[in-house]
Amino acid sequence: MLKYIIPLLLFVVLAVFLALGLKLNPREIPSPLIKKPAPAFSLPILARPEQTFSPDQLKGKVWMLNVWASWCVSCRSEHPVLIEFSRTHDVIIVGLDYKDDRQAGQQWLAELGNPYFLSVMDQDGRVGIDYGVYGVPETFVIDKKGVIRFKFTGPISMKAVNETFIPLLQQLQAETP
Amino acid sequence: MKTLIFTFLCVVSVTVMAAVEYRKFDDPRQEQVYQTLTNELRCLVCQNQTIADSNADLAKDLRRQVYEMLQQGKSQQEIIDFMTQRYGDFVLYRPPLKAKTIILWVGPAVFIVIGLVVLAVISRRKAAGAQSVALTEQEEKRIRQLLEQEDDA
Repeated sequence: MLKYIIPLLLFVVLAVFLALGLKLNPREIPSPLIKKPAPAFSLPILARPEQTFSPDQLKGKVWMLNVWASWCVSCRSEHPVLIEFSRTHDVIIVGLDYKDDRQAGQQWLAELGNPYFLSVMDQDGRVGIDYGVYGVPETFVIDKKGVIRFKFTGPISMKAVNETFIPLLQQLQAETP
Repeated sequence: MKTLIFTFLCVVSVTVMAAVEYRKFDDPRQEQVYQTLTNELRCLVCQNQTIADSNADLAKDLRRQVYEMLQQGKSQQEIIDFMTQRYGDFVLYRPPLKAKTIILWVGPAVFIVIGLVVLAVISRRKAAGAQSVALTEQEEKRIRQLLEQEDDA
C-alpha cells in the first residue's frame, strides 16, 4: 500500500508547486521602496521646462506618480484609463516622462489627452533608477507624509482603479498628515 | 555565395562592435570590480541576463550607474546596497542568506541528504533480501515434493 501512497503524495506536492508557479508573475518584483520616503528629485516640467517640480511640493497631499513614455506601447492602453480616472475623481497624478523626447512627450499628451496634474522629464532615467523603475508603465501611490505606500507595475486597468486605487486613495486621504 | 556570406558577416560585425561600450578605468582593480558587478547584477527587463549581457536600455543605464559610482570611489558593497535599495534582492544573481532565502541555500543540501537516506534504506533492504534463508527439514521435504509433482505433470 505504502508503495502506491508515496509516489502519489510526491506527485501531489509537485503538482501543487507547479500550479503555484503558473500563477506567479515573474515580471512582478516586490518593490523594496514600499513604506520608504519617496526619493527626492527636482526635474523640469514637460510643459514648462524652465520650471522644476519636486515631490516636496505635494507634501500633505495624497498623490500618484505614474511613469510613462511616448515610446511605451502598453502606456497607450493605460492612458484612457488614467484620463477616465482623473475626469471622474479628484486625484493628483504626476507623470514621470521616462527617457523620452520632449516633443514626442508633448505631442503624445496633445493627441491622447492629459490626465496629469503635471509631467516631469526624466531624460536620462536617473530618477527612474532611484524609484527602481524597470518597466514602463509603473505607478506609485504616495501618502501625505511623502511615503510610498503602493506600487503597481504594468498598465492600470479600470478594474485596478476601482478595486485597488480608489479604496487605497480613500484610506490614505483619511489619514492625518 | 562566398562574397555574400563575407558581406553579411562584415555587416553583422559592425553592429556587434557598435554595441560594445568603452569604459576607461585609471585603476585596473576598479575595472575588475566593474566586471564583477555587471556580471552579478540582473537586468530586470530581460530577467535571465546580467546587466553586462543585456542590451536593454535599463541595463545600459545601470552599467553607467555602476561605472559612475566606481569613479566616485564607491566600494563594491556600496554599489550592491544602492541597487538592492532600489530593486530589491532580485537584482542580485547571488541572493543574500536571509530567513526568506534560506530554502535556496539549504534546499539542495537537504535534498542530497534525503536522497542518501533513501539510497541507504533501499540498499540495506536489498542486502537483507539477498541473504540465504536456512530451511528446516520439513520445508525442504515439502519443496522436493512440490518439484516432483511438477515433473509428473
